[in-house]
Amino acid sequence: MNNKSQDADQGNTNRKREVENSRRSFFKNFGLIGGAVAAGGAAIYSGYKYEESKPNHDFVKVLTADNRLVEVPRDQIKDVKVDHNRLQKQGREGLKGHRWVMVIDLAKCRNARKCIAACQGAHHLRPYEYHINTLIMQESQNTAPYYMPKPCQHCDNPPCVSVCPVDATFKRQDGVVLIDNERCIGCRFCIAACPYSARMFHWEEPLMSESDKGKPYNIELNVPQKKGTISKCLFSSDRLREGNLPYCVSACPNGVYYFGDENEDAVTNGTTKETHRLSELLRVNGGYHLMSELGTKPRVYYLPPKNRLFEFPK
Amino acid sequence: MTSEVNTSFLHDKRLDSIAADIFKPVGISKGFIIWMGFLSISLLGCIYAYYLQWEKGLIVTGLRDYVSWGMYIANFIFFVASSLIGMLISSVLGLIGFNWIKPIARIAEIIAVAFAAVAGLVIVSDMGRPERLPYVFMYGRIQSPILWDITVVTTYLVLSVLLYFIPMIPDLAISRGRISNKPKWLQSTYEILSVNWMHTPDQYKILLKSVRILLILIIPTAFAIHTVTSWLLAVTLRPGWDSTIFGPYFLTGAFVAGSAAVVILMYFVRTNYKLDKYLTHHHFDMMGKLLVLVLLVYFYFNINEFLIPAYKMKTADAIHIRDLFTGDYSFMFWSVQLMGVVIPIILLIFRFCRKPLPMLIISIVILVASWFKRLLIVVPTQENPFLPKQFVPDAWMVYHPTVIESAITMGTIILVIIIITILAKLFPVITIWELAEEQTAKENEPQE
Repeated sequence: MNNKSQDADQGNTNRKREVENSRRSFFKNFGLIGGAVAAGGAAIYSGYKYEESKPNHDFVKVLTADNRLVEVPRDQIKDVKVDHNRLQKQGREGLKGHRWVMVIDLAKCRNARKCIAACQGAHHLRPYEYHINTLIMQESQNTAPYYMPKPCQHCDNPPCVSVCPVDATFKRQDGVVLIDNERCIGCRFCIAACPYSARMFHWEEPLMSESDKGKPYNIELNVPQKKGTISKCLFSSDRLREGNLPYCVSACPNGVYYFGDENEDAVTNGTTKETHRLSELLRVNGGYHLMSELGTKPRVYYLPPKNRLFEFPK
Repeated sequence: MTSEVNTSFLHDKRLDSIAADIFKPVGISKGFIIWMGFLSISLLGCIYAYYLQWEKGLIVTGLRDYVSWGMYIANFIFFVASSLIGMLISSVLGLIGFNWIKPIARIAEIIAVAFAAVAGLVIVSDMGRPERLPYVFMYGRIQSPILWDITVVTTYLVLSVLLYFIPMIPDLAISRGRISNKPKWLQSTYEILSVNWMHTPDQYKILLKSVRILLILIIPTAFAIHTVTSWLLAVTLRPGWDSTIFGPYFLTGAFVAGSAAVVILMYFVRTNYKLDKYLTHHHFDMMGKLLVLVLLVYFYFNINEFLIPAYKMKTADAIHIRDLFTGDYSFMFWSVQLMGVVIPIILLIFRFCRKPLPMLIISIVILVASWFKRLLIVVPTQENPFLPKQFVPDAWMVYHPTVIESAITMGTIILVIIIITILAKLFPVITIWELAEEQTAKENEPQE
């Protein structure tokens, strides 16, 4: 027992010595190699620095935000990083101080469907997926039929927002009702609640889901669209942020749409670009809300289809 | 339920015979394996159908932008409805003091637990983004009826499981030494679940007290789950859903569906387990009378729900009513009203029809009609929105359920049957200690 342990001790000291020897040689080798690497690295780095400091004559012309044409070295160009959090934040807050409103003049609509095409193009939708649709309306048997463009009414008392369980659809301070398809769970309660049938659902992969892959989600454009979530009319909030009229309003060839700000009491016609007083327009033409008896308080006004300048096709 | 238990029944011969009868069918038999095998294979097919829906999206269903809620939501309402019966039988009738419900109470709780447990899954199958289910808890907004529904359905499920389990604890303890011929794992499961029950009077006192509290708590909860479920539709502005009586209308309909489900399970338990001594003609007779009562109340609400709008014929309501009375849904509507409500009321008035076999047939018809009734509540309203349906593919105009959708729905029904089978086959289906105590007490009374 005792002998054995002495042997073991001896063995241990021998091993310790060996370990120390190998450690010493390791440090020696390491010093040599390390020095060589450092010298080589420094040489490469200085070469790189020298190359970099050489003037690069490959310039690209770029238009800046304040309309100046400038030149930038090609290798200095970087993609603009869109901040997803900023898009979400600004999208949920809305445009301060505005109360957007739309006026649709039914006397002028000829069902050109240009508004629909523009909208579907902007939001990457199929021809039968609608944020805005034009309907053929007839109140009763003997009254005249008319065309009625029907976007989301952006209600001030929105039934869809009330029933949403996860705050995916929400009302902004500027009156717009948006949908966040990164939050939407696809329960479709909002579709059930909306009396205007203004909402659509992505039953299958959206039209451009392949090409939109990896793009940052812009809540104000609702692109990329996502399978299994709701999509809806956004009053083209992305265009409003840039100071432009909505896609549908600008695309109309017949002067059907007026769009503007209730706070300024002004609306602009998308076709003629004429600006009118909102209150005046509604008073003179007898503006009304769609199904106002439901208490939804829409932000879209309609002007009645009187004195139509064209025949309604049978 | 009495407030005290005389534990003398534990030493009575009657307990032995009752326990022997009830424990006899418990365990794994050949029939059970074949039945469960059949159910499991069918369920696998249905799970594959759900996999297809997961991959391709809800496009595989017949749902589109106009009818965006269909079979899944109807099935969900049906499940919640059927589960309510646990409350009616155990709580309402039990607390009033009807003794005949004692052997049925656990059967009713099995129905309640099975349907309530799967109802949540049905809702998930309807979601476009099922993987975002946690969002409901992370970002939940209290003003959405979905939040209310999740809260009360979960509460009801917990209370129902407790009401199923707690009164079973003494039975599991009674099994000690009586089920030595059963599989070992079943014996040890019983041992664990019996939580060291020693049949002391104090334990019974606590048990009775807690069951009583549960029975009272479950009444408002059950009212809440189906009322809130009806509000999922009634809070909208749509003709056909925009109704103030939807809460009680759904509630009474729920009792009809649940009673029918209980009768069906009673019949199978009675014949398969040879328990006709415990589930007697008297019990079927009483259930038949209960069915007549709930059917009459439901009939009353149906008259209110359809006759009053049909009398006024407001523009939007009129389209809906015409669709049901004479339009595309008229065959389904009148079949459901006649087969599911009117004819059963007439038949069940006759004593002969309250015998077990006629009761089984009538109950199956009522249950199937109840399912289609939910479909009639959910779908036609969406096919008739306020504004015209135009410039969309023809398939969007009306709802045509697909095979995949039906298979997924079938899968949830199979899941309910699996739960019922497990609970009814591996655990005692009738409360042994209550029956033994009742019989012993009855026997001892005249002697004293």
